[in-house]
Amino acid sequence: MTTLKPGDLARIDLTLNGEAVSGHAEPRMLLADFLREKCGATGVHVGCEHGVCGCCTIVMNGVAVRSCLALAVQAEGAVIETVESLAPDGTLNAMQEAFRKHHALQCGFCTPGILMSLIDLLRRNPKPEREEIVHVVGGHLCRCTGYSNIIDAAMDAINGTAK
Amino acid sequence: MDAAVAGREAEAPWVGRALPRKEDAALLTGKGRYADDMPVPAGTLVAHILRSPHAHAIIRNIDAARALSLPGVKAVLTGEDIRKVSDPFLVAVKEPLPQWSLAVERVRFVGEPVALIVASDRYIAEDAAEKIDVDYEPLPAVIDPRAAVAVGAPLVHPDVKSNEVATRSFTYGDPKKAFAEADHVVALEVEYPRNSFTPMECFVVVADYRAAEQTFDVLSNFQGPFSAHPVMARALRIPGNRLRLRTPQDSGGSFGIKLSVFPFIVLMGLASRAVGRPVKWVEDRLEHLLAASSGPNRVSKIEAAVMKDGRITALRMDNLEDYGAFLRAPMPGPLYRMHGANTGAYDIHHLEVTNRIALTNKAPACLIRGFGGPQLYLAVERLVQRIAVELNLEHIDVIRRNLIPAGVFPYKTAAGALYDSGDYPRAVEGAIGDGRLEALKKRRDEVRARGGIYGIGFAAVVEPAMSNMGYLSTLLPAAVRERVGDKNGAVSLATVNVDPLGAVTVTADSAVQGQGHATVLSQIVADQLGLTPDDIVVNLEIDTQKDQWSIASGTYSSRFSPGTAVAAHLAAERIRNKLLRIAAKQLNILPDDVELADGKARSRTNPDNALSFGRVAGTAHWSPVMLPEGVEPGLRETATWCPPELEPPSKDDRINTSLTYGFIFDMCGIEIDPVTFQVRVDRYISMHDAGRLMNPLLAEGQMKGAFVQGLATALYEEFVYDERGSFLSGSFADYLVPTATEIPPLELMHIETPSPFTPLGAKGLAEGNCMSVPVCIANAVADALSMKDIPLPLSPRRVHALMVGEEAPPPAGLGTAAKQEKPKDGRDITGKGAFEVSAAPSEVWRTLLDPEALKRVIPGCHELILEAPNAYRAEVSLGVGPVRGRFRARVLLSDLDEPHSARLSGSLAGPLGAASGGGVVGLSATEGGTRLVYDYAVTVSGTAAAVGGRLLDGAADIIIRKFFEGLARQVGKEETASPHASARKRSGIIAWLRALFGGRK
Ligand code: FES
Ligand code: FES
Repeated sequence: MTTLKPGDLARIDLTLNGEAVSGHAEPRMLLADFLREKCGATGVHVGCEHGVCGCCTIVMNGVAVRSCLALAVQAEGAVIETVESLAPDGTLNAMQEAFRKHHALQCGFCTPGILMSLIDLLRRNPKPEREEIVHVVGGHLCRCTGYSNIIDAAMDAINGTAK
Repeated sequence: MDAAVAGREAEAPWVGRALPRKEDAALLTGKGRYADDMPVPAGTLVAHILRSPHAHAIIRNIDAARALSLPGVKAVLTGEDIRKVSDPFLVAVKEPLPQWSLAVERVRFVGEPVALIVASDRYIAEDAAEKIDVDYEPLPAVIDPRAAVAVGAPLVHPDVKSNEVATRSFTYGDPKKAFAEADHVVALEVEYPRNSFTPMECFVVVADYRAAEQTFDVLSNFQGPFSAHPVMARALRIPGNRLRLRTPQDSGGSFGIKLSVFPFIVLMGLASRAVGRPVKWVEDRLEHLLAASSGPNRVSKIEAAVMKDGRITALRMDNLEDYGAFLRAPMPGPLYRMHGANTGAYDIHHLEVTNRIALTNKAPACLIRGFGGPQLYLAVERLVQRIAVELNLEHIDVIRRNLIPAGVFPYKTAAGALYDSGDYPRAVEGAIGDGRLEALKKRRDEVRARGGIYGIGFAAVVEPAMSNMGYLSTLLPAAVRERVGDKNGAVSLATVNVDPLGAVTVTADSAVQGQGHATVLSQIVADQLGLTPDDIVVNLEIDTQKDQWSIASGTYSSRFSPGTAVAAHLAAERIRNKLLRIAAKQLNILPDDVELADGKARSRTNPDNALSFGRVAGTAHWSPVMLPEGVEPGLRETATWCPPELEPPSKDDRINTSLTYGFIFDMCGIEIDPVTFQVRVDRYISMHDAGRLMNPLLAEGQMKGAFVQGLATALYEEFVYDERGSFLSGSFADYLVPTATEIPPLELMHIETPSPFTPLGAKGLAEGNCMSVPVCIANAVADALSMKDIPLPLSPRRVHALMVGEEAPPPAGLGTAAKQEKPKDGRDITGKGAFEVSAAPSEVWRTLLDPEALKRVIPGCHELILEAPNAYRAEVSLGVGPVRGRFRARVLLSDLDEPHSARLSGSLAGPLGAASGGGVVGLSATEGGTRLVYDYAVTVSGTAAAVGGRLLDGAADIIIRKFFEGLARQVGKEETASPHASARKRSGIIAWLRALFGGRK
């Protein structure tokens, strides 16, 4: 096992939204910073850097993860999905469309993280109950919307009536 | 009128439709353009701020030599550097309250910026902060505003004789007589807490000093008001045109808070000039909670003169507002923005108000959504509830009896506001009608019948919007105002531009933070030009060197609907009139017969006679000579909107503080859990009259957001300081922002009485629920508990104190989990514990007293030096939750009883905080080796304190375990290694470490 010292740069190769990317990072660099600054994934937002707000949520190896609580070096070889992956051909997916229809975002700063958590939920359970959605959104802070439109949007998307 | 015309006229305009937003496509796909996402010039450096761990202290010395020697560190600036090249920020009162962008000579609150490090990246800049040695001389701090204004209190600014830095009293009508003639006088004292609405995106500044042009080019997520622009320019000692301030397209929320980025704009500008390179700073969440901004806390004493039937004839109020350590422009806004509306929704003719401004050793308070409204209505609406209780009337009947009646608008209030329109009784009856109040009462009866605790609350509030720039002048006596000149009015600006192909672009003076203004502006302009909102591009980035702006610009005080929106409407109307004249000539008809619709200019009477919109617009560009007489070439109109109703304060201090005044009536039912003491909102109904709603989807979005912020104020959020000024709510684990699981359903209702003072009839609407919800819930809790004094936020701890008493034991059957901590205790950590090591006490003692051995044992220890007999100096890296930093420690050992016990005392200092205290470690022999027993009491301040108990506890567990694991390893090694330490050397560092991060074991 290589031991990295402060100042050393580690090469990191990962798959970001289906594309192979690589970059160098100090061992202490946060994954959130790496994705934003080295990979240009500025849809990853940083709201607290202490794991509470959920703005930085991504899906890493199929699991929703707070990228402010992970180090870039931990993502070596990982498959990472960020909000940038959700509308590959520019067409909003059902969840995004429902967010738009229900005005489930204002400043939009919390939105990418919430979308990624909901996507993760839907992969595990395509027909979650309202309580489960509230529970998942409950892991995020949003200061603008008061949450109710977010829950309505998610319910709408899941019932297939969003369009 | 022919059928086609009638059909078209029946077509609904875009304004008024619940249209989803233009903004969303980018934001939903991660393509937002927030300040931190914007490209920066090559070579940009990164800044980090070293902040004060003390609430009040003299800065004796700052030594940055070690920081400057780190590779990658370009500069360290201190208050002394800043003082030489900038001026203090302007303040609204005449007392000397100088504030620079870094602390000069002394620090006055925990988190105050002390030094700025500029380095090649943020990680290095933060490393460097740990290597700056600041020598502080702590001073007594004053935290409670009542204590601050008492005689003999420590002075926050020694050059000002009192912490009560400005006081003014106002009398309208004849309150003395009204009180003398009243049947009853009902009085109350209320206290509004400190909180913020913490936007999810923190402050960002990128400053680039362009030496050749002597211009500061700054990008920042500043929200306005742009009245701060001259304040910044003056501080930088430049004319305003040399401060080019740009705002990005997207901002991650603000709620008033992002005005307070302005001192950092100045600081980063100075730093960029000092290092000759662009400098970027991104505030982190800990900094934000610690010191970004806060709403002011207020203590109000209020009393009403009341007749037997509940009719209020006069109000008297004394407001003591706490702005923290400095009066940041435009403070004391919250005391005066509501001034005209001090009598709220009620027809009260006699009024006496005293406004007192207090300074304390807390972070400066500044703009925040609601801006004085929540504080005012907490006093007024709690009082109305008390009147009902004391006169044995129904609360709703006291409200009804005092409401301003319909049909008297525009209505002039006692203090001079000109309420534009409204029908308050209709709104109230609409909300309680259809059996809604009856249902709530029935519910209350049912819950009470089964022994539950249930209450009903009401709140009636008037929501002002678009502030009169003259309202703050009310702070000055009329004679002084006359001398310095009256301020008044409020300028709004918007520009509509049509290019040679007829494509329309709109810019405006609104610095958006997520409200959806681009969508609404596109609706307004589309209506004027016969286009669709999709045709219109709205760019709301602001560039003060190129765009239209004035001091009132920005997004605050709900000025968009009555202000910017109107300016856009007027600009589009001018373009429209111009196009009508151009088209009339081309279509060979009269301008009156031309209409713009469906992307065409056509004859109303003969719609087949038509030209495309682009064709007509192109004429103004391509064929300017052919234009009808008097029509200017080009197609760009900037409209200025400045309503005449916003007059300066009158000689007798009456002031129309805002242009429009919406109305809100809230009603709620709450239930209190008798075991957890949680307040649960059972039902919440909010009736709004915001005039004409331009986009009901977005309007309701604002109301829902404000509702949850009001709920947060009522139940959850508070910035807590201990008596010495340590800040105790520095992370989102300590400062409780409600999440989706805490949100009750909100039932919104609307009536519309359009404002006669704006062409669109729309009023501001985004702040009202921040004003109404805290007091509505407080009233419901007062009703539930039959109590008078209701503190906010109504956390389980406070409700418990109300119901059981502060010191009472937890209710039976609850166990220790429900034990409540008093935040007053702050981070006075005390505790004790024990640990086993498998080595004899003498061996353990030796290891503990050997600096070399200890250095290896203490987690994160870089250096441990014996400075004097029994006195150590150490440098350690410690992590508390998200916070990691280097600390310098000094420890003194005494009462040595080898190998049984030692007493230690000492202090710790670092960029993340300071600590001092002491403890005792005891060693005793056991079968397996040694049992260490420790006992300590320590006070922690600064960030380490702010991040809170549970993080400190978690860190303590890890550090203590690591230490003893290390000790066990080291003791094993020492058996073979030759001890090179003398028996007299020792360390208490361990226990002291535990002391710092000690949990309540
Ligand atoms: S930034 Fe990662 S959880 Fe807040
Ligand atoms: S939309 Fe602004 S924080 Fe959620």
